[in-house]
Parts: sequence; structure tokens; C-alpha cells
Amino acid sequence: MNTIEVQNLTKRFGQFTAVDHINFGVKQGEIFGFLGANGAGKSTTIRMLCGLLSSSDGTARVGGFDINKEPGKVKETIGYMSQRFSLYEDLTVDENIEFFGRVYGLSNGEIAERKNWVLDIANLHGREKSITKTLSGGWKQRLALGCAVLHRPRIVFLDEPTSGVDPVMRRRFWELINDLSADGVTVLVTTHFLEEAEYCNDIILIDAGKIIAGGSPKELKENYMKFPILEVQCSNVIEAMEKISNQEWAIETSVFGTYLHVSVDEEQSGREKIKQLLSATSIDIFNIERITPSLEDVFIYLLEQVEHAK
Amino acid sequence: MFRQLIPIIKKEFRQIKRDRKVLAILTLVPAMLLLLNGYALNFDVKNITLAVYDAEKSSQSREFVNSFITSGYFTYTEYLTDYTQAQELIDEGKVKLVLVIPANFSRQLISGRQATVQMLVDGMDSNSATTIIGYAQAVTLQYSQKIVLHNLAKIGRKSFIPINYQARIWYNPEMKSAKFLVPGLIAFILAITGVIATSLSIVKEKERNTIEQIDVSPLKPLSLIIGKMIPYAIISLVAAALVLIAAYFLFDVVVKGSLVMLFAATLLFVCAALGQGLLVSTIADSQQVAFQIATLISMLPTMILSGFMFPIRSMPVFLQILSNITPAKFYLVIMRGIVLKGVGLEAFWEQIIYLLIYISVVVAISIKLFKKHTV
Repeated sequence: MNTIEVQNLTKRFGQFTAVDHINFGVKQGEIFGFLGANGAGKSTTIRMLCGLLSSSDGTARVGGFDINKEPGKVKETIGYMSQRFSLYEDLTVDENIEFFGRVYGLSNGEIAERKNWVLDIANLHGREKSITKTLSGGWKQRLALGCAVLHRPRIVFLDEPTSGVDPVMRRRFWELINDLSADGVTVLVTTHFLEEAEYCNDIILIDAGKIIAGGSPKELKENYMKFPILEVQCSNVIEAMEKISNQEWAIETSVFGTYLHVSVDEEQSGREKIKQLLSATSIDIFNIERITPSLEDVFIYLLEQVEHAK
Repeated sequence: MFRQLIPIIKKEFRQIKRDRKVLAILTLVPAMLLLLNGYALNFDVKNITLAVYDAEKSSQSREFVNSFITSGYFTYTEYLTDYTQAQELIDEGKVKLVLVIPANFSRQLISGRQATVQMLVDGMDSNSATTIIGYAQAVTLQYSQKIVLHNLAKIGRKSFIPINYQARIWYNPEMKSAKFLVPGLIAFILAITGVIATSLSIVKEKERNTIEQIDVSPLKPLSLIIGKMIPYAIISLVAAALVLIAAYFLFDVVVKGSLVMLFAATLLFVCAALGQGLLVSTIADSQQVAFQIATLISMLPTMILSGFMFPIRSMPVFLQILSNITPAKFYLVIMRGIVLKGVGLEAFWEQIIYLLIYISVVVAISIKLFKKHTV
């Protein structure tokens, strides 16, 4: 049975439909990625699932509780960490932990035990008396996570937890998420870092309030990327893309930094066609290689499909 | 519910302790206001500067001038040799009153006819001018009376004044403005601690997004609000007590009525102020906006419309009606009653009822708006 079960969940703000009849389920203990561009409806969905917003239509059950009928019970079951730092910056590390511990009704003993755990995971031993404002981004973020799960919730919502955090800290943060999941905690995380999505057990991609794809990273790659992708290293990427994307045999062309990714129907003939086309121009080809598609390839492909459909 | 309040109250006190701006608002502003209002804002009129142009220079005209100086209200500054000097002195603000005695002053009086003297008053400050005219009239009247009695005695009639006028001032016999101002000052300070500080502290949670972390917790929004208000209510009551103590030592203001009643009325007013603060915080999204709205709806009306400095009865009807938006208007009546008159509930039960209605309406609106905002 799923711990989060979303059915036709919809949120309208006046004329604008932020979330449009979405359906998905999250299994106990999995890391569930919720992806989409800014304004796609991720935060609105999370806010509904946390009991902060009521839905306009449809419903969801979180930890067995209906979000519209029992928002109070939902709140007791979950932990939530927002994309904006939301601990008290003018309180010390200790005081923040104590405050949130009390808010969730923990006893003195529990608070002491959990405080130790938070200091462990946030690597803040010795800085208990520091004013939170003086901590740097990565530490703040881990402290916020610690405070969000002080009461050992079975389900945790993380809304863009790693925005504004450097890559090393982001890596450590994901280790924490993995630890939580290993303890059986369900983690629903939104992110716009697509390489982070690879760490998730399951992913959904949302665009303009609608789910456009879902599955495990592997499934997504297999289901949606049926064609081989060739990575072309060449001298003038932009010009090369303009040339290639006009060709009928090029199913999908996109620029990745100084590389070009081209989907073709068959690997060998694709290589030949690219070489042939570009040799007629002044563009030099340094290398062509077949790559396994990344989630970024998948999402760019999917989002362009949606664009085309419009 | 009560168990949920304690961590919030504790947290709030910690934050107040660390926030220098709030600390300054809560401590320095009341102290400065008390000193400024007590010493500088003084409606008492004393030592009125007086110049005399005596065109006659007779013994009787000198006697008349003397009666001004000995009255204790006037300070004699200059003897003018030319009438035109009068304008100069008043223009420069050197004298407030010029007494002009005509050349026929004593001759008129001796021959039993009426003598006319001119008083030139600096009317720039209309309040003081009214007082000065009053004093000058009293002195002149007394001197006239003396002449009448003297004349009657001369023709052998018994001296007799038809109506013996004796004024006694009750409740503030020395007519000190400090006594009148202290109750208003307490209202003013409570408007700052209650409305401004409270609304800033709630809006800060919105501004810094900390309110979201509370929203997802099982804590009820009402607990958060009440928990945030209790520290400010305590601080407000302490501030009120400090003002009363300071007023006692600095300006001899003694509370005549019941201290319990005073505490109860102040608590009621604090609730009204907190309600206003809550209302502001539901409207404003940033501390800056909150500060401006709070000043506009609490500090200014408390100062101008409550009767703190300007009597409500002399305002235009429109402002008299508008003055009801400030709970300070009603609190002032209660406070002046308790502090100056020592009266009890029978004298101000109407004001108490008004405050109760005010609190329920403001709090009901705020809670409605607050809920709409969060859900």
C-alpha cells in the first residue's frame, strides 16, 4: 500500500490552474522525486500534501489521512522543509532544536537525544550556542532538515532542499536523505537539479500543473529514449545544431555545453550522416560517441514533445 | 493548548532580548517620551513677559502697573518711551503682553469717568494668549474693584461686592499639565509596545518564512498568536508601571484611585492594542509596511484624536466621530478618572463596555483575516 496516494488533485487560484488533476502514489520508504520547472506546480502540490492548502478538487491521503478532512493528523505525521530557510535566525542552534522539539510535544529526554542526533548529522557539535544566522548555507540546510525530522515523521517533504547549496554540501545532504530512506522514512523531494533526480527511486515530471511522465530513472530512459544518442564534439556547436536539426534523420538535437546531443534512428548511419553533413562546412568534428541518455536528455525530450503538442 | 504556549513565549522573550531594535523601541522610547512630555510639553503659563507704555506717568498709573507685577504671573521687562516700540518687542517675541496706559488715565478715574487701557497680546500661541488675557483681566478687574470700593468709602457708603467670586480647582489644584499628560502618555507608550512591537514581531515571522515551519507543525495558529502576544502584554504592563513610578518621582503624580482598577483598565487597553497589532500584521507583509500602518492607526490617533493633547470637544464633528477609532480615547477617560479624580467603576463603566466591544470586533476581524491568510 502507498503511504501517499494522490487522486485527481487540483488547485485553482481564480482562473489559473496551478495543479491540474494529478495522480500518483508513493511507496513507504522510497525517495520520490518531484521534478519540474519553476512555476510548474511543485510547491503548490507539496503545500496541499502538507495540509497547508486545501485542494480545489480531488484529494490525497498522506500516511493514511485525508489532507482535506484531517489536516491536523497529516501535520503530525509529516516533516517539512521549505526551499527558504525557515528556522529562527536569531535563535541559537540549541534554542531552535529545543523550540521545534517542544512544538512537536517531545519530552526533555527525547529532545536531548534528538538534539545530539541533529548535531551529529549537521556536524554542529561545538557550535550549539552559535546564533543560527552566523552558520553558512550547507550547515543551515542540514540543521533545518534535522529540525524537520526531530519528531521522527514517517513521511518527509523536502521542497528544493538543495537550492543555493554548493555541490559538496549537496552530496552530503543526499547522503542524509538516503539514510532517512534506509530507516523506512518516505521522502518526497522536489528539485531542479536533474543529476539529483538520479538518486530517486521514482520520479514524476510535472509541467504546467500536469504530470507528463513518471517512473524510475531507468524506466524513464528506456521508455522515452528509444533512439541512440550521439554526443558530438565539434568546433562551432551552435552552427552545427542549426545544420543538423534541419535534417529529417535527426530526431532530436540539443546543446549540452560545448557538446551536441543528437538522437538518430540508427547509430552507424547516424555517425556517417553527421560526418557527411558537417564536412561540407567549416565545422571541425573532434569526436562522435554514443552515450547512455541522462535524465536531462529525457526531460528535454519530453518537454519538447509537450511544446510540439501545443 | 497551554502546553503549546510555553515554548512560544520562551522563544519570543529570547528574540526580544536579542533584537536591539525592538529593545530600543520598548525601553528608550517610553523613557524619552516621559521626559519630553513631562518637561517640555508644558501648557502651564508662568512668567509672562510684560512691557509697559505709560503715557501719563502718574502715581496712579504706576500703582496700576505695580498690581500686575505683584500678581506673580508677570515679569516686568521694559518701560517703553515710544508706543511704536511695542510692535517691535512683540514681533521679536521679547514680550508677550504690552500694557498701554493713556495720558488721561488718572484724570478720568478721579473725575469718576471710565479710563481705557490697551493690552497688546502676542496671539501666536493661542493657548497661552487665552491664558494671558485671563490673567490680565483678573488683575484689571481687581484694581477696578479697589477703586470702586475706595470711591464708595469716600462718600460714606459701606463697601460691598454683590457677588463674591471664589474659584477652587479640584483634582489638579496646581493646574500642572504633567498630571493631565501622564495618563495619555501611558496610552501612547502602550500603543507603541502593544501595536507596533506586536505587529512587527508577527510580520517578521512572515517575512522570514518561519511561519511556514509553524504552519506545518501541529501547533494551532491561535496558539502562535496568543503565545506571541503574552510577552508583549507583560512588557506593556511593566512599561505602564514604570511610567507611573517615574511620574510619581519626577512630577509628583499620585494615583488617587484604586490600583487594582487601574491595572484592570490597563490590561483591557493592552488587549485592545494587541488586537490592533494583530490586525496590522494580517494586512502587512513586511516589517516596514507594518510599522507604517501601525503608526497610522495607533500612534497618531492616540496622540491627536484621543484627547491626550487636544480636547475632543473642540474638534470638528467629523473628527469627533473619527476619534472613536482609537481605544485610547476611552482609556484616557478611565485613567484620568482613576489617577486624578480617584473615581470608581460607576464613573467609567461606559468606557469599559466600549473597550470590550472594541476588543471583540478587532480580534474577530483579525482572526478571520489571519485564517484566510494561512489556509
